[in-house]
Amino acid sequence: MNYNWNWGIFFQPNPMGTGTYLDLLLSGLALTLETAVLAWIIALVTGSIVGVMRTLPSKGAYWFGFAYVEFFRNMPLLVQLFLWFFVLPEILPRAAGLWLKQLPNAPFWTASIGVGLFMSARVAVQLQAGIGSLPRGQKQAATALGLTTVQGYRYVLLPMAFRIILPPLTSEFLNTIKNTAVAITIGLLELTGQARSMQEFSFQVFEAFTAATILYLLVNAVVVTGMRILERYVAIPGYITGK
Amino acid sequence: MLGNFDFDVIRRSLPYLFYEGMTFTLTLTALSALGGLIFGTAIALMRLSGYKTLGRIAGLYVDFMRSLPLVLVIFWFYFLVPYIGQWLTGASRPISVGAFASSLITFIMFEAAYFSEIMRAGIQSISRGQPAAANALGLTYAQTMRYVVLPQAFRNMLPVLLTQTIVLFQDTSLVYVLSIPDFLGAASKVAQRDGRLVEMYLFAAFVYFTISCVASFGVRRLQSRIAIIR
Amino acid sequence: MKHFRSIGLALAATFAVSQASAEELTGTLKNIKDTGAITLGFRDSSIPFSYLDDNQKPVGFAMDICYKIVDAVKKELKLDKLEVKLNPVTSATRIPLMANGTIDLECGSTTNNAERQKQVSFTNTHFLTASRYVFKKSSGLKSIDDLKGKTVVSTAGTTNIKQLTEANVAKGLGANIIPAKDHAEAFLMVETDRAVAFVMDDILLASLVAGSKSPDDYAISKDAFSKPEPYGIMLRKDDAPFKKVVDAATAALYTSGEGQKIYDKWFTQKIPPKGLNLNTPISDELKHEFAKPSDSPNPDDYK
Repeated sequence: MNYNWNWGIFFQPNPMGTGTYLDLLLSGLALTLETAVLAWIIALVTGSIVGVMRTLPSKGAYWFGFAYVEFFRNMPLLVQLFLWFFVLPEILPRAAGLWLKQLPNAPFWTASIGVGLFMSARVAVQLQAGIGSLPRGQKQAATALGLTTVQGYRYVLLPMAFRIILPPLTSEFLNTIKNTAVAITIGLLELTGQARSMQEFSFQVFEAFTAATILYLLVNAVVVTGMRILERYVAIPGYITGK
Repeated sequence: MLGNFDFDVIRRSLPYLFYEGMTFTLTLTALSALGGLIFGTAIALMRLSGYKTLGRIAGLYVDFMRSLPLVLVIFWFYFLVPYIGQWLTGASRPISVGAFASSLITFIMFEAAYFSEIMRAGIQSISRGQPAAANALGLTYAQTMRYVVLPQAFRNMLPVLLTQTIVLFQDTSLVYVLSIPDFLGAASKVAQRDGRLVEMYLFAAFVYFTISCVASFGVRRLQSRIAIIR
Repeated sequence: MKHFRSIGLALAATFAVSQASAEELTGTLKNIKDTGAITLGFRDSSIPFSYLDDNQKPVGFAMDICYKIVDAVKKELKLDKLEVKLNPVTSATRIPLMANGTIDLECGSTTNNAERQKQVSFTNTHFLTASRYVFKKSSGLKSIDDLKGKTVVSTAGTTNIKQLTEANVAKGLGANIIPAKDHAEAFLMVETDRAVAFVMDDILLASLVAGSKSPDDYAISKDAFSKPEPYGIMLRKDDAPFKKVVDAATAALYTSGEGQKIYDKWFTQKIPPKGLNLNTPISDELKHEFAKPSDSPNPDDYK
């Protein structure tokens, strides 16, 4: 293989004046995590609302939830990011569009919201399945106790459903982290983006990508371990996963 | 701003978008799904084979691929595949692999990790009595898998496999990062050449949406039909 | 008798073949001969060097030069047929794809500098251009210092984004630098007010402006980030026999006056797809270089 390996490259200064190439990659990692966490919050909040709507008795709510999920699930994430980043500001009134485009860190906000909404459809589906898996008696018992629908969801159904769907939510969170890499296309310099710019500046392709790969594996391991602990902590007694 | 929406730019670029772009996307999707299914089934069989080392290697491969963003994997393979080719064939210099072949290898390797998990679940869903019965009938391991286990696992998992293929269809749009003219790449080339981002990206979104919607509707119907037979 | 003749023919053929390969082809030339194909890397929007026309076929000044090189290679290898494969590249992918054998020649607007020469080789220079920025006249920018704290775009993997990054540090501009995938995408960022300026080689900026919806809205900075730097067709490093053929082909092209003809076709006449005329007559420096072709990465060698 006629390739000049140079593993020392990580400790050489990067042209951005922000320290070494390793610092460059770590700043990318930090941005990946920030974007992923913000996106995950958006996904959890909107996904929960939509997921609940899909289980409500109201026909209108059900159809809204259905349309929402289909909309965000049937388009590639990349296309959705393009819609948010390139198309939305152009079809808004000029002043609003300009404000959007000149936001500092526009790629960061666009990526967080874009990935967040994309993932929210998946969260909604998981939550709907979680609520659907609960015995019908729980909802009826809540009603019999005089709880309103809101209270029934808040105190009975959701605490159960979320604990049941925790394992699939873990993998959806991991997917969120991975999906932030797609934002490289709208100029977000997250981990994959920084690995690529390191490759461009230093020409050390394989070192750069190897380092990014290792960092992703580490993040994955940390998240999986953390979630395992959380899963054990909140497990419902009496279920297979319970104590 | 939608007032000066230019339908003409879409109409003029339709032949390019579909003959070149969509053909690339659909060929890549179909071949990757097929290759990913075959390779994924092999991985699933390795994991369930009972040989510890074999199972562990397969497990590591799946975990490894599932930990990485597809964009990173696409970059990796585009730059690495020629060197792997050189290493495999013992050639004196890297083997030239075109954009299409390189993407195909990438997607097969990547999707195999996901297909293998589905096939593993499918194989595990088959009751233990069946392979035991096959064994009693004198079928070899290969015959048991080929005639008894895999056909049922595949059938049971068909809706999930097809749903994963729809995800794969959407994921192929990521070859955009390599400037390869798949459907989205073609749309963006026209968009940038003519400065018509709004029209082209909305149209691309509409086409992806329609195809995915129709496909997932089909999968849902299939699912209910299979459910009735069972 | 018949048998003897065919054996004789076979022997003769074997002999001829062994004689042809007496010089023992290596590297790219051997590969081209073995596969009967050569792969050219082309760009999406390096107008007028290498870009897609209305039929999405790559055309341009650098593409024309590359086809001349292909002819020379075909002649050198005494091939009746040489298949030309085309592979799209971006600024970010071109060097790894050259190194890993995906492309044999990169026909575009690649700056030849000493740093890149550690990774790849370049043949004789086909253009000289300096790094500047384009902006909307309405933004009132003038100098490089005016970019302070602004959002500036450049194309990922270019020398320009590196120069911009370095200037950003050296002058303490604190500009927010966004990398774009290709020139057209970067220019659109300025056109849609996502970024105030796009830093790139001035010739590419001029072509993008000329091809835009309202060319009068844009201006190109007087300030430059670099001296005029040479563009070269890129080839693999450490492949002397191939470089020799390519160098000879380009030198013959440039000194014969045909180089100037191809130059005029792309820079002073209407070009596809929109019938644009860039009106950029050949510079004295380039004229001089065409008379005495050079593959030097040093800008000072072209004065």
